[in-house]
Amino acid sequence: MAKISIEVVGLKLKNPLMNASGILGLTGHSLKRIADSGAGAVVSKSIGKDARLGNPNPTVVEVNCGLLNSMGLPNPGVDAALEEFEELLKTVNVPVIASIYGFSPEDFSVVAKKIDSLNFSAYELNVSCPHVKELGVEIGQNADAIFNVVRKVKSATSKPVLVKLSPNVSNIVEMARAAEDAGADGLTAINTLRAMKIDINFGRPTLSAKIGGLSGPAIKPVAVRCVYEISKSIKIPIIGCGGITSWKDAVEFFMAGASAVQIGTGILYSDLQIFEEIIKGLTAYMKKKKFKELKELIRLAHREDEKV
Amino acid sequence: MNSQLPNLNKHRTVKVQRTIDETSTVKTILFNDTLCSKAKPGQFVMVWIPGLDEIPMSVSHIGNKFVGISVKKVGEATEAIFKLKENSEFGLRGPYGNSFKILKGRILIVGGGVGMAPLKPLIVKLGRDKPTVLMGAATSDELLFFKQLKERLNENLIVTTEDGSKGLKGLVSDILPKLLEKKSFKCIYACGPELMLKRTLEIASKFKVQAQVSLERYIKCGLGLCGSCMINGLRVCKDGPIFSIDSLKSVKDFGFHRLDPSGRKIPIQK
Repeated sequence: MAKISIEVVGLKLKNPLMNASGILGLTGHSLKRIADSGAGAVVSKSIGKDARLGNPNPTVVEVNCGLLNSMGLPNPGVDAALEEFEELLKTVNVPVIASIYGFSPEDFSVVAKKIDSLNFSAYELNVSCPHVKELGVEIGQNADAIFNVVRKVKSATSKPVLVKLSPNVSNIVEMARAAEDAGADGLTAINTLRAMKIDINFGRPTLSAKIGGLSGPAIKPVAVRCVYEISKSIKIPIIGCGGITSWKDAVEFFMAGASAVQIGTGILYSDLQIFEEIIKGLTAYMKKKKFKELKELIRLAHREDEKV
Repeated sequence: MNSQLPNLNKHRTVKVQRTIDETSTVKTILFNDTLCSKAKPGQFVMVWIPGLDEIPMSVSHIGNKFVGISVKKVGEATEAIFKLKENSEFGLRGPYGNSFKILKGRILIVGGGVGMAPLKPLIVKLGRDKPTVLMGAATSDELLFFKQLKERLNENLIVTTEDGSKGLKGLVSDILPKLLEKKSFKCIYACGPELMLKRTLEIASKFKVQAQVSLERYIKCGLGLCGSCMINGLRVCKDGPIFSIDSLKSVKDFGFHRLDPSGRKIPIQK
């Protein structure tokens, strides 16, 4: 029986699958639902210092091969999150990763400090947020900003820190390097791609916030490329994310350099059965190809380049 | 690669064909839509008023010619839908959610106020197997679809009003136990304020009758992804909105809490 368990940033995972942040992570019960569906770890909805209602609807729109969303980071704020997740964290049997966001390094560290006493296994920093000091720029679009945020959070906690990178940059390896230099324990690649849909019947963007993030199969080749490029230059582990809807997609990400993967929009097409489906397909593939451990798949596609 | 059903999630533009003034605060909006014409009783659609909001609405009419929603104006978005006239256009996606599972046998329908909206297509679907309908409202004016239901059901329609202006004075939950003592029913289908539903299920449980209820929560994506509409571990937009009495047994928040738009747990208003 092929072994698909793996350890990433110190987290012992029974399988390499997680939900992507923002998919069903709003409450403790919803995370438990994902855990019960077979995920090896679960990731919360991004928690911020203050409560946010999010954007008015429409906040999602399906497009060819994907989904556009501009939810607007709805979350009850860190104080309510403390209450909300406390119960779950006592009873859940898989690692729970807290996604956190902020508009400045201070914001991120305030949140991390407040929830540090809870049983979250790691933090995933959502840097696809506007930088409070630099208008129009996301933290994840600026290497210095990423560095400062990671430094600040690393000094606030001893738990593993992952950075979820934005693909809306000209050089994602530079961003990955900044995170690694600042002490990040791992990376998630990638978040959504900035995108828009215009409704030609009403002559306006469909999303109330106009621009949103594209996810799903449409972005998979971009995500795989990002993981591959980052994996060439960076040593810390990568969690792949972007358009995974089948075990074959997951294998691409492992081969590109990912140690684990996240599934978000895939749940739209296959609902929560997707975790069991991918586990089944992955183990069958590994058995057929005579891979004994998941480790053997990771970075396999780099093999050619790294022959001496 | 697209979702399971073609174009289910893509916004269609629909044109209002007819409007019906049901009460002073409720209007039925009729339109044509191929996907909605195949909707099952209990399902809902996401109605988009461009520039304003996109909200869930139960399908209240599934006919040969038209399909429809019945809107009660309670806020900005519902008021905008209420104000739609013939030939007005709005955006639509869906239908979403599961539907009432129709069991064979004597059926009892329990509706409170605008909760009658998703129940009406169920009543129509049962056709000649006329169900008993117990319908309540605050006052006579708010008994939704009263005239057409009276014509269709005759003495099978029992109404209650809180102020006694029509039918029996009181709440449906006052009458329900007496009804269940007199007659045995295979299944109760209910929709209305959640506290009414909680009461209904308590009574159904006491009399050991099967029951299915239509729940309402703040719905954002409507696709089962964002979790905004969850009640404990259940997604109202995807696992529901119809839930059986058994599936709600261990759902602690039922009748007590819901999530506000930020995801914070808040008490359900009386």
